[in-house]
Parts: sequence; structure tokens; C-alpha cells
Amino acid sequence: MDALKTLLQNYDVLAALWMTIKLTLFSALGAVVLGTLVAICRISPVAVLRGFAITYVGIVRNTPLTLIIFFCAFGVASTLGVTLAAKDSATFIVDNNFRFGLVALSIYHASFVAEALRSGINTVPQGQAEASRAIGLGFTETLREVILPQAYRGAIAPLGSTLIALTKNPTVVATIGVAELAFTMRGMIEFNGSLLYAIFVLIAACFVILTLPTGLFFTRLSRRLVVQR
Amino acid sequence: MSVQTVLFDAPGPKARARHRIIAVIGGLVILGLLYLIVRGLADPSNNQFTAQKWAPFLDPVTWTAYLLRGLFNTLKAAALAVVLSIVVGFALGVGRLSESTILRGVCGALVEFLRSVPVLVMMLFVYYFCIYVLGVLGDISTFIGVVGGLTLYNSAVIAELIRSGVHSLPRGQGEAGLALGLRPGQAMATILLPQAVTAMLPSLISQLVVILKDTALGYIISYSELIRGGQTLATNYGNLIPTLIVIAAMFILINLALSGLAKYIEARLRRSRGGGKTGTDLTARPGDDPDGSALATERITAGTAVGRNA
Repeated sequence: MDALKTLLQNYDVLAALWMTIKLTLFSALGAVVLGTLVAICRISPVAVLRGFAITYVGIVRNTPLTLIIFFCAFGVASTLGVTLAAKDSATFIVDNNFRFGLVALSIYHASFVAEALRSGINTVPQGQAEASRAIGLGFTETLREVILPQAYRGAIAPLGSTLIALTKNPTVVATIGVAELAFTMRGMIEFNGSLLYAIFVLIAACFVILTLPTGLFFTRLSRRLVVQR
Repeated sequence: MSVQTVLFDAPGPKARARHRIIAVIGGLVILGLLYLIVRGLADPSNNQFTAQKWAPFLDPVTWTAYLLRGLFNTLKAAALAVVLSIVVGFALGVGRLSESTILRGVCGALVEFLRSVPVLVMMLFVYYFCIYVLGVLGDISTFIGVVGGLTLYNSAVIAELIRSGVHSLPRGQGEAGLALGLRPGQAMATILLPQAVTAMLPSLISQLVVILKDTALGYIISYSELIRGGQTLATNYGNLIPTLIVIAAMFILINLALSGLAKYIEARLRRSRGGGKTGTDLTARPGDDPDGSALATERITAGTAVGRNA
């Protein structure tokens, strides 16, 4: 027990947990915004936008997240010299890596959000779109008034599963040294190999606390909001 | 998708003109983004498009020494992880469907726990377990770490797939089996499981894509898979970005092939059943399919809870 206490004193697990939560929330925001844009491009009547959306989703979804983060941090930052933080600030490296991690997570998960929204749109029966055409609504009005409200309600389950994946994926950002839970876990084990099980249970408990309630919440939400047909 | 074609009428002249304007604007924006990227890459002080940076890829040694070896390690780890997670996943899934409450509870808790923890955390645990507890050092411990972490996570996902597959079957199947005098275990093995596996086959294959992508996490525990091979290559020749582009292309091609395979099998299944249902994830839960790879197939039922009693 003493070893565990010194461990907790030496390594700030709560700060790492907060870092994971920050990464999750901000990249969720970015992913939803970007994903909605891509989804609208995907179903638009303009072939150029459709092609762009299909290519984007196809490329990003089939690439491992590790590779995307690698590309953003080492490729873009080191080789091309693009930085997202003020070079002269004291926390330059931390901020830079954090923001690049955010960008990579947002880009990666935007493709899944777009696919989730598209499957939500597919749950809407064809008759709805036909009826809205029949009463003379245009493309944007059809989307806004008829399709998207039902599509969002149908897309809640896949969106929930994407959000849970988003909660677990910031661990990959440990690749570029952002001090979130997996990074801290590795540091703790390196120096305290005897406490392996305790550390694992601690970190696993953190993740279970984050993901299990979210999963239950989204299941209940999707069941309550499902459109009764 | 059929909804798309009814979302907008056949465009008349004004709509066509509008679409052309939007297409031109959209095309310009996209081209502008691409131009910025290419210009950034071709910046004279650090030109990424010089032959010097791309020439190594014409040299067979590059491929045999770094890339193909990394690819082989990736595929090796993925294949072993697939086999092990199918075996363990079957065991967990059948255990979760068993009559005994204790077995059901234990398997259920295990599956929920394994699905909530990220793959990387489990890889780290297995890797350090190998080093500190089993005393196994060197490359083999990274290999065990990668395969162990992948197995633990994906067996839980496969267990859930099997459970939802069995639940999507009509209740009458199991009841008929019991009425014929089969024991519950026999009914499960001879009647329910084969149909469940056939129904869930597309999702299972999509899970292969997930496993292949997750082997890339092995980079973090220094497993010499494709990304690390590429990094070694890049430090040797000083061409990081072209290497990353080539590696990304390799991953995309393999994953597209696997997704295409999943779609083909699903189309075959749908045809052979005369338009009947393929695996509908009726017990799908958020978090079930974290990578969304099951959405790779055009299943319309993803996301609805309606028709649960079908």
C-alpha cells in the first residue's frame, strides 16, 4: 500500500485522466463538425463534393490512427516545420503535441462520424424523402425539416460507439509524448515493475469509469429517441 | 443509396447551373487545399518531391530489408491475433449464452471489462507482464505483447458479435432443437452457432480490418511492424514523408481489399438467402463496433432498435 501511495504521489494520474478527457472532448467537437460537413458532401447532388467525401472517408478510415498521428507530428511538424503553438512559449512542446494530437484525432474520427450519420440517414424510409419532394421542398429544406432530424435520432447509436472509440483512442497520442493515461502508465511501470498489476487495475479502472457509463447512457438515449415506425 | 436519389429532383436548367457553380467553387476549394499541401511539401528548402527522396523505393533492398519485413511482421501478428481471438471469443460468447448464471455473469463481466479498456493499455500490460513476470526479453516479448493485447480486446468484440448473431436468429430455432430432445449445449453447437456465424460473417471480416489497423499500435511498444520499419528506413535515407505516404498506401490497399471481401461475402449471403436477413446487430451496443468498421457494409439496420423482435 505504501508503494502505491508513493506511486500516486510521484505520478499525477488525475492530471493524466484530465488530459485524456480534454483530448476526448475537444476532438469530439472537431470530429462532429468536420464529420457533418463530410456527410453533407457525401449526399449532395454535386458529384465533385461527393467524390471528395468518398475519397476522404476511404483514405482516412483505412489508415491506422498511429500512422496519422505519426504523420501529423513527425511529418508535418518536424519535417515541414509547421507548428501550432507559439515557438517562444515555455510550454511549446507540450502545446504543440497536444494540438497535433487533437488535429489527428479529429480528422480520423470525422470519417467515422460521417459514416455514422450516413447510416442514420439510411434508417429514414425512402417514403419520407419522396413525400417531401411531393410537397415541393427543395434539397436543403428536405434535409433540414424532414431527413436530418430523423437521421440524427437514428444515428445516435453509431455516434455513441464512435464517441466511445474516441474516449479510448487518445491513448495512441502517447506516441508523441502527450502525458495522458497510457503514457503515464508506461512511465509508472518502467520504474515500478513490481506494481504491474496495481498499475494496470488503476488505469483500467479509469477507462472503465469513462467508457461504461457513456455506453449505457448512449444505449438508453438511442432507445428512447428511436423514431417509432 | 436510394434515399439520395429522391432527396433532390432531376435537376432542371436553373438547378444544373447552380450545381455547376457549387461544383466549381467546391473544386476550387479542394484544389486550393491540395495546392497548399503540395506547395508545403515542395518547399525548396526541404523539397519532398526530389528524386533523392523517392529513389530509395526503386531499390529492392529498401523493400526486402525494411518495408516487406515490417509488413510480414504486421501480417504475422494480425493472423495470430485473429486465430486466437476467434477461439477465445467463441468461448466467451458461448459462455455468455449458457444456462448457468454464474458462467454467464463471469463471462459477461469479463467481456464488458475487456471492451472498456483500450487496446494499447492491454498491450502495455501484456508486454510488461512478459518482461517482469515471465522474464522473457527481446523481440519475442513485443510480439507476445502485441498479439496478447489484440487477442484480449478482439475476443471480447467477437464474443459480442456471436451473442448478437445468436439473438438475431428466430427463437423457434432453439426451441425446436430442445423439443427434439437435444441438450441445450447440443442445440447451441449444431443449430444456433452455425447460423449465427454465417449471419455475422461480414462483421467478423470487418473486424479483421480493425485488427490489422491495431497492429500499428505495436509501434509504441517497439514491435518491429510496418511503421517502425518505415521509420528506420526514413532515418536511413532521410525521406520521412515519402515513406509515410508509401506505408499509408500499403495499409489502405490491404484494408480496402479486406472490406471489399466483406462486402462480397455479404452480397453472396444475401443472394443465397433469397433476400433474407444477414446479421443484424440487434443487441448491438454503443462501443460494440468502436472503429465503425461494421458500417463498411451497407447495412441499413445499423443504429436502429426497431424490429428487435424480428
